[in-house]
Amino acid sequence: MNVRLRRLWGMIRKESLQILRDPSSISIAFVMPVMLLLLFGYGVSLDAKNIPLGIVIEQPDTAAQSLAGAFDRSEFFLPQRFAAIQEARQALAERRIDGILWLRNDFSGRLLSGGEAPMGVFVNGVDSNQANITKGYIQGTWLAWLQHFAAARGQTLDLPVSMEQRVWFNPALSSHLFLVPGLIAIIMTMIGSLLTAMVVAREWERGTMEALMVTPLHMGEMLIGKLIPYFVLGMGGMLLSVAMALFLFDVPLRGPVWLLMLCSALFMLVSLAIGLLISIVTRNQFLAGQVALVVSFLPSFLLSGFLFDIHSMPAWVQAVTYLVPARYFVAILQTLFLAGPVWPVVLLNAGAMLLMLLIFAVLVVKKSYKRLD
Amino acid sequence: MDNPVLAFHRVRQVFNSDDEDDDVCVLDDVSFDIIPGQVTGLIGPDGAGKTTLMRLACGLLRPESGAIRVLGLDAVAESQAVQSVVGYMPQRFGLYEDLSVQENLDLYAELQNLPQKKRAARYTELMHMTGLAPFTARLAGQLSGGMKQKLGLACALLRAPRLLLLDEPTVGVDPVSRRELWAIVYRQVKEQGMSVLLSTAYLDEAERCHEVLLLHRGKLLGQGSPTDFSSKVQGRIFQVSAAGASRRQLQARLGQAPGVLDALVEGETVRLVMAQAGQPTVENLLPGLDEVFIQPAAPRFEDAFIALLKTRHEDTASPGKMDLHIDARDDDEVIQVHKLLRRFGDFIAVNNVSFQVRRGEIFGLLGANGAGKTTTFRMLCGLLPASGGELSVAGLDLHTARAEARRHIGYMAQKFSLYGDLSVTQNLRFFASAYGLRNHRQDERVAWAIDTFELADYGETNARDLSLGFKQRLSFAAALMHEPDILFLDEPTSGVDPLARREFWARTNALAEAGVTVLVTTHFMEEANYCDRLVIMAEGTVLAEGTPGEMKARARTVDNSDPTMEDAFIQLIEQREQDKNMEAVA
Repeated sequence: MNVRLRRLWGMIRKESLQILRDPSSISIAFVMPVMLLLLFGYGVSLDAKNIPLGIVIEQPDTAAQSLAGAFDRSEFFLPQRFAAIQEARQALAERRIDGILWLRNDFSGRLLSGGEAPMGVFVNGVDSNQANITKGYIQGTWLAWLQHFAAARGQTLDLPVSMEQRVWFNPALSSHLFLVPGLIAIIMTMIGSLLTAMVVAREWERGTMEALMVTPLHMGEMLIGKLIPYFVLGMGGMLLSVAMALFLFDVPLRGPVWLLMLCSALFMLVSLAIGLLISIVTRNQFLAGQVALVVSFLPSFLLSGFLFDIHSMPAWVQAVTYLVPARYFVAILQTLFLAGPVWPVVLLNAGAMLLMLLIFAVLVVKKSYKRLD
Repeated sequence: MDNPVLAFHRVRQVFNSDDEDDDVCVLDDVSFDIIPGQVTGLIGPDGAGKTTLMRLACGLLRPESGAIRVLGLDAVAESQAVQSVVGYMPQRFGLYEDLSVQENLDLYAELQNLPQKKRAARYTELMHMTGLAPFTARLAGQLSGGMKQKLGLACALLRAPRLLLLDEPTVGVDPVSRRELWAIVYRQVKEQGMSVLLSTAYLDEAERCHEVLLLHRGKLLGQGSPTDFSSKVQGRIFQVSAAGASRRQLQARLGQAPGVLDALVEGETVRLVMAQAGQPTVENLLPGLDEVFIQPAAPRFEDAFIALLKTRHEDTASPGKMDLHIDARDDDEVIQVHKLLRRFGDFIAVNNVSFQVRRGEIFGLLGANGAGKTTTFRMLCGLLPASGGELSVAGLDLHTARAEARRHIGYMAQKFSLYGDLSVTQNLRFFASAYGLRNHRQDERVAWAIDTFELADYGETNARDLSLGFKQRLSFAAALMHEPDILFLDEPTSGVDPLARREFWARTNALAEAGVTVLVTTHFMEEANYCDRLVIMAEGTVLAEGTPGEMKARARTVDNSDPTMEDAFIQLIEQREQDKNMEAVA
């Protein structure tokens, strides 16, 4: 073996031993993905289900009971009956319920005489997103019941436009189908940027970097020696996450596996380059950790479209998201998992990641020299 | 003559700060040549610029101006080539603590291009030389300080470099390991013809070098053999003793006597460095005292260093009396420690330690890093609960007794716990108010501290910008704001230059004279001489207790009639190893 490869091998072996002995590296790469996936797969749900809804019926006649029954049967609601509107308002204030459906005593009479819709709806607007969903579901349930009610009486409901919905790619509209693939980007950011930044900064802090520098080792060999083990670690975390997504959460994978691996490898390299850059600039573990959190992890979480839809962000925030590499990877992941290989999406986003990789790689090489100043 | 292995030509290095006026000149116009095949000592206190010089020689820093040639290569333009041929051990060894001894060796063997077939022989040789052979499977982090240092050295020596650069390899290491490190270095020079540049803050190590570079505040004060230096003060060194005066009183008087550059307690006598050669008279030095004995002594490197520095700048303080109001109570043994024990998990940091300290005594805890000195201290101050045993300070256990008891003690922590962003006066006010001093009383004490510690010129300077010696003065003053009758000093002299160290001990002496009980830790063997009594600690246990004279008397042999404290320490350690082996056999 030539001496360059020998030195590189020495670095890789050392780095791998350190990873294997450091419980925090292993847990970031393998325990944390499992925790995050379980949390987001089971715990966090952006779907509205079992919304606690208060129902107040002042005149319990057939029509009113039938409408309340429709809400009882709906999987979206968990209705509770209240005798008077004051009680229901109290419950809403105490957040025991998220909304109130108020059928006054003239409800049936006005409904049958074809007058105005005499139904009062209150929604807790503290969480505006949740409020919109609740409002929409109440409206949907009400319309469905109205049609049913009219049909039962031999009439057709006279609506100006009737809408027929088809939901594509995620017909059940279940949030974990898009959260779980997106999480893979978050997990890889953690390993690539946060872990790597801290581990390399540790070398500066403990003075071992100084000893490494006064050897025939070239800076390029040092960087590659660091990259390879963490690349393997990151891809291991990715494979674990993909396996959990497919087999535990039944997320479909509609694109080819090779394409997923290729794009993941590309994203991993971008993350590693950012991690290396942070550690070279900060040379301090605490600072490296903070910087990695703020510039890499938090943007991946908030601005990648993993959790929040980019199109509903203000224009300037949308502009910022173009700087977040996870944005491109999340787009690829959601496409490959849920829709299949939509080439324009994949190529455009992969191209953007490649560009970022080049920029960060140039910065890393420029910033790393065998000197302490 | 051979070509120099390392040559500095008019090298200047500046550390830029944001404000140009605050730029610090770390090395100022430094020029020297180092000839091959010898050990050159780079000697100077902390902040002298030793580490910067080492890093420049490895091409890790670029000088502001000047030229550096290493083994015929330009250190700036050919830094990669320089780094490929020299061996370097940075101050923190450059070891990976989570790798085993063998894995560290393997890594550096790969990085230094040591051919596979040569490795086994070189490993065996180095492990044998460093005594690490039985520990190759142990993680580097679990080695003692001395063993880590030796492993670091072994890693730097793997490919037998022509030039070996060692940055403070002996600091904080126990004397036995220190002696072994020197032996290894000398063996390399003899067998391999290696050239070595070694930096140290211990002045007594200068005498072990072939040649010395003396660095102080970024300037090269001189280059030459240790005897070149000490011959300059030939005929100016004397040992003085007198009947009817304690050595401490003697030192205080001699320090003020005309013609005296330096007066230092050494064993039972006081060592003098005079400004000029020639036997001083009793009338001049100590008028009014009979039975004064003045004997010429052989000069040492430290004497020469002090003589050089003291003629250079006269800005050092001359501490006189300490004006303190100590309510001396009658209890005789103010600190009692009985079978003290402290565990951290499986590790026993302090094991069965017992000693007593009498009022007005300077009591020392002497030992290498990791001997358990600081842990003992923290338990005494009530900062850490003991795992077993009994202790009392002024009749109280400070861990259970509260504020009232702490009023009696002053504590100066390792590394000076000061607020860098506060000025000298603000720091003093803060510590005064922390001890409950208010209004007029506070003003009085702050004025006292500024006056006594000669800080008047620095009242508005931020603590961070003070030199190490002044930081030490300030934290000393802060510990005395509430006039404690017991003072704890944890490694107070670590890293400060010899002048500031002398000044510190003079103040401590004055405090003891005023009736303050002082408990002090140090890893400088020679500082034990300043103590009235001391314990020597190693690996959490007390090896011996007694006066400095008693300690040294134990090490007296036919060959060594005047042993140093270091000899005594080494003798104790070896004694213990023997006892251990005997036990193992039995």
